[in-house]
Amino acid sequence: MEIIMTGLASILFGAGIYNLLQKQLLRIVVGTVLVSHGAHLYFLTMAQLKRGAPPLVVDGVTEYADPLPQALVLTAIVIAFGVTSFLLVLAYRTYTLNKTDNMEELRGSDHE
Amino acid sequence: MNNLIFLPIVLPLIASVIAAFFPKKLNLSRKFAQITSVILTIMTAALTWHVLTNGTIVVQSGGWEAPFGISIVGDGLSMILVMTTYIIGTAAVFYAPSVLDKQQESFYFYAFFFLLISGVSGAFMTGDLFNLFVFFEVLLIASYGLIVLGNGKVQLRESMKYVLFNVFSSMLFVTAIAFIYAITGTVNFAQLAERVEYVEQAGILTTVAIILFFVFAVKAAIFPLYYWLPNSYVVPNAVVSALFGALLTKVGIYSILRVFTLIFVHDTGVTHQIFIWLAMFTMLFGVIGALSTNNVKLIITYNIIPAVGFMLMGIGLYTEDAIAGSVYYLMHDMVIKGALFFLIGALIVAAGTKDLREMSGVIQKFPLLGWIFFVASLILAGVPPFSGFIGKILLLRGGLEQEEFLLVIIALISSLLILFSMMRIFIRGFWGDLMDNISDDRKRVRNLTIPGVVLVSISIFLGVGAEAVYPHVESIANMLMDRTDYISSVLKE
Repeated sequence: MEIIMTGLASILFGAGIYNLLQKQLLRIVVGTVLVSHGAHLYFLTMAQLKRGAPPLVVDGVTEYADPLPQALVLTAIVIAFGVTSFLLVLAYRTYTLNKTDNMEELRGSDHE
Repeated sequence: MNNLIFLPIVLPLIASVIAAFFPKKLNLSRKFAQITSVILTIMTAALTWHVLTNGTIVVQSGGWEAPFGISIVGDGLSMILVMTTYIIGTAAVFYAPSVLDKQQESFYFYAFFFLLISGVSGAFMTGDLFNLFVFFEVLLIASYGLIVLGNGKVQLRESMKYVLFNVFSSMLFVTAIAFIYAITGTVNFAQLAERVEYVEQAGILTTVAIILFFVFAVKAAIFPLYYWLPNSYVVPNAVVSALFGALLTKVGIYSILRVFTLIFVHDTGVTHQIFIWLAMFTMLFGVIGALSTNNVKLIITYNIIPAVGFMLMGIGLYTEDAIAGSVYYLMHDMVIKGALFFLIGALIVAAGTKDLREMSGVIQKFPLLGWIFFVASLILAGVPPFSGFIGKILLLRGGLEQEEFLLVIIALISSLLILFSMMRIFIRGFWGDLMDNISDDRKRVRNLTIPGVVLVSISIFLGVGAEAVYPHVESIANMLMDRTDYISSVLKE
């Protein structure tokens, strides 16, 4: 199972980085989303995927799940979610003001 | 007393929420921000004094013991950096009303400002790798809010690149934490430092260390990864640039200092040797950038990069002298970069232009600004007896002890070129015939100069009063080199 998940995470990373290297702003934003999904999936996989009870000592339970990566990934997902929504707004504002969504035309060294 | 160590993180967060309620009432929010930051600075200074005299304070949040709960560690290094952050923050709050236009100020400047301070203090004080990521995000999100203030065409264009870069490196940060958790099964700094010694395959650990270094190097703007910095730091307002230049890159270099003196010291021959090479290139390329332009603000922005090189040099040398030099330089650089950005903001208002070719004779109308800028340039270049000199001499002595002669030569050359790049502004901008386009608004320029004067005098104190400051820096360096102190104070075994 871990191998499959790692493979999935690497596909997400690859697709995300491919999109990051594109010229269209929206594709780049999609790229960051894919990379963050890859990172989160990878985090869960690295901490071993296993079924088990919550980590409370109860009679008759031997298998416990590790709660730490779940808590950490939840935090990371929320952060990525917020940043992505900000990024979409910023991309839209950049597009409306600069009248282009092509990164090639958004380069430049003039500083107003 | 112990729980008070949370205050530098929690109080600005609360202040940020309060400031978000009345952004349009400018007078009220200015007064609120000024009073709050002065009170917070005094409080942090008291806390810092307590930590420096009585030793490290560790608080486990929620009462969970160290490896399970999140530790907040106020050791000497963290506290002096938090205090410096607050001093710069206070100066920035007094600088902001004169330099921001009303629209920028009313769009939640103070809310974002306090959020940024909270994130930076948190990043300095956390004792947990994942929590470091969270505080990085807090300060980055605040910086995203600050960098787009003003809504200009070029500004949004450059902000977009800044945000994308940081989002990508944050995701790498998460991946690196995943690696570390898989190898060691913990994210607590102290427990990591303990367990790193027992990891059987040191090669994997070195790889992870380099990934983590990559993440911090992006934030700190180290040689191959600095190209996002100049454009995105030059476009926002002067006060925002000052906050970014003084605080954000320093958080990156602090993280490198903490992680590579506490955790990843198992293979210094590889990791720390890479730092030495990167430090050389960082110094050289940064200073070449500073010489390549006529935009005064861009010259200062490029000068952030060689300073990062100097601090990285100390970490790479990894002797007690060199680490003490890095810590001293870190403090000095935060103060002086803040001061220089404030003064350059004042110069741009006074001269009415950013282009060095179109300004001259500013000193005839604004002598105070001119002379303070001159002193600040000397401090930045490391002319004795100012604070840059103390940091540099420690670093160079460390370099000579380790027989890294090439590094020492490059450090000296780049110091000279830094001085040259600053004197270009002084000679061509301040001297010469008085130009017509120079502002007549003496009151505004005076208001813009005073925060710079305050920071420059603190910097002079750091240099002239080195006898009072250096013993603390030395004991901090001692603690950084001897890891057992940190580990035992967090884990209490």
